[in-house]
Amino acid sequence: MTAEAPALTASAGHGEGHAPASGHAQRGISNPILGMLLFITSEVMFFSGLFAAYFSTRAANAPWPPDVFKDILDPLGPIIIATIILIASSFTCQFAVWSIRRGDRKGFVRNISITFVLGIIFLVMQVYDYTILFSEGMTLGSGPFGTTYFTLTGFHGAHVFGGVLMLGVILYRGMAGQFSAKHHDAVEAVSLYWHFVDIVWILLFSILYLL
Amino acid sequence: MATHALSPAAVPAYRGGLYEWLTTTDHKKIGIMYLINSFVFFLIGGIFALLVRTELAAPGIQLFTNEHVYNEAFSIHATVMIFLFIIPMLAGLGNYVVPLMIGAPDMAFPRINALSFWMLPLGGILLLAGFLTPGGAAAAGWTSYPPLSERGALASPGPGQDLWIVALILIGTSSILGGINFLVTIFKMRAPGLTLFRMPIMVWTMLVTSVLVVMATPVITSALVMLFIDRNYGGSFFLPDKGGTAVLYQNVFWFYSHPAVYVMVLPAMGVISEVLPVFSRKPLFGYKAFIFATAGIGALGFSVWAHHMFTTGAVFLPFFSLMTFLIAVPTGVKMFNWVFTLFRGQLTFSTPLIFAIGFLTMFLIGGINGAFSASVPIDFALQDTYWVVAHLHYVLFGGSVFGVFAGIYYWFPKMTGRMLSESLGKVHFVIMFIGFNLTFFPMHMLGIKGMPRRIADYASDAGWNDWNLLATIGGFMIAVSMLPFIWNVFVSLRNGKIAGDDPWEGNTLEWATSSPPPAYNFDRLPDIRSERPVFDARHGLNAGHGHAAIAAGGHGEAS
Repeated sequence: MTAEAPALTASAGHGEGHAPASGHAQRGISNPILGMLLFITSEVMFFSGLFAAYFSTRAANAPWPPDVFKDILDPLGPIIIATIILIASSFTCQFAVWSIRRGDRKGFVRNISITFVLGIIFLVMQVYDYTILFSEGMTLGSGPFGTTYFTLTGFHGAHVFGGVLMLGVILYRGMAGQFSAKHHDAVEAVSLYWHFVDIVWILLFSILYLL
Repeated sequence: MATHALSPAAVPAYRGGLYEWLTTTDHKKIGIMYLINSFVFFLIGGIFALLVRTELAAPGIQLFTNEHVYNEAFSIHATVMIFLFIIPMLAGLGNYVVPLMIGAPDMAFPRINALSFWMLPLGGILLLAGFLTPGGAAAAGWTSYPPLSERGALASPGPGQDLWIVALILIGTSSILGGINFLVTIFKMRAPGLTLFRMPIMVWTMLVTSVLVVMATPVITSALVMLFIDRNYGGSFFLPDKGGTAVLYQNVFWFYSHPAVYVMVLPAMGVISEVLPVFSRKPLFGYKAFIFATAGIGALGFSVWAHHMFTTGAVFLPFFSLMTFLIAVPTGVKMFNWVFTLFRGQLTFSTPLIFAIGFLTMFLIGGINGAFSASVPIDFALQDTYWVVAHLHYVLFGGSVFGVFAGIYYWFPKMTGRMLSESLGKVHFVIMFIGFNLTFFPMHMLGIKGMPRRIADYASDAGWNDWNLLATIGGFMIAVSMLPFIWNVFVSLRNGKIAGDDPWEGNTLEWATSSPPPAYNFDRLPDIRSERPVFDARHGLNAGHGHAAIAAGGHGEAS
């Protein structure tokens, strides 16, 4: 790695100014980040389809939630802790991005590790939450309420799982020293995805638990 | 040690033929694999179409043992043709020509490009594997409306419908990844000087198509996963008796599937917008108007989906009818672009131009009979009759398929270095053109006479016999027309005339490299000062700075 550092400084010298947003000397947004933004666009549309289904189903069924499941979704239960954890992980993820933009590899590894662990904790808590709901008789098959709840949160959980895998990859690569202030497109892209997953959860939490 | 590490390995490792094709990330090889794969599925879908037409040739159940098998045949025919032929065929043409047209060495994400391709044969095999399951393949139509497609429904007794769902999710994911790849490639990989308003029309149509793919395909994925949950995990999204809403599926489905119509036709419009100027020896009439019309079609395409659902009683009819009529405006603009490109041009009636004119005329009919269906009262009468079948085939076969063949005849010399035979190409066109009209024009009459879609049998005194027989004869003519084409490809690959770099005197950058192009496409690029850089180079418009200034000023496209 020591051999690589001077080369990087040299190439930074003739780039046309440092572009902090993309972490890339190329003009404009870099290919991987644009690709990720477009991928997130498609994911937004995927969740739009599910949200549309949720509201359409909810409008067709009164009362909502049905009497059997009244108060089963308690916003102040364990779910609020999971929510805070996921929001916190978005912050630590951003700290990791800022660290690597400064070239602080240690800070990057530290912050991304925390994000990675928080993501796993969220998933464990969601599984725990599911077991409670199952024990109270709410499943995918228990009418529109259960179907929509588990479909929406389940697909979100799958996306968190995907995000955790991506975090694992950039954590591994970060520990191997593959990222620098100038070369960290993957970090920027994964952090965008992680923020997206977080925002979807905030929407889900608001709609499923509060609305 | 360090010096060894720095010296580049200049010679790429040799890889054997088959291994190279199976592992390639070269957009040209992937593009060709897209084309071959799609053509194989075109033949498979065509065989199902022939089975359907044979059954309908005369009243009574002759070919199939029962109606359910017939339902499987037309469902798989439509699914294969839409998702495994037209969409990937055009994506394959785009894959081959877009990086060449913008002077790029490859797509932005070559490995994702390979992934996009390999999902297609996998999806196709899964779809067709339905025939091996108890209960057979999916039989609820290509739309697979619930409750027809729900578990336990008469139309879907077995796991064939689940295989259909999984196959479509795979193919959709392939489309989305491809769309992202095209967009990044087009936005980020253009050669210096190739501004957005100097891009070939084909690239513009692929751009708008990719936006539609990225925005719309995930929505059908959501519909499909909900259907899958309904079928396999006791969900109740689309089951009214369990608190679901069946029309929800139609909304989510058509929110994708209407824009998908433009996914299936815009690139074909791009193809003929490349072909017409080259064979008329004129620039495209109204280059910018065409681009804005393309963008307009893309934008309006998102606001017309419910015109497929007029008769559900659950949609706001005036809005969707109005928007549907509106979309005829940008389409009409394009018609003027094409016709006035031909007008007073130095026409050379080579096969690509003939197929492009086939597109123009047949797509015009498809547009006009579509406008009838956009009118609510007429649609109430014609809904689910053969009129709709006639309309969609005039657009998708008369439009897209003729466009696809125009593209294949146009770029085959670039892809292989050899020309296809002109005479065999014309034989192909004549048989296909006559067969096409013989098949699908009678369906207008059948529709007006009230023959419903998706039936295996009809009464012999309904007055539908003659038209049906005619349509079946036409169907077999289309099949026969594929023989000269396939023969042409095989013969020309071996003995075709050597094409040279630029056999048609083209305008766009793919003609500035060798045929077939080398890996990474270009050793050097001509100056790009207009939307026709190769035309400029051929006529010396780039030779000196003075000339270049005239060229750029004269076109007024230097935005």
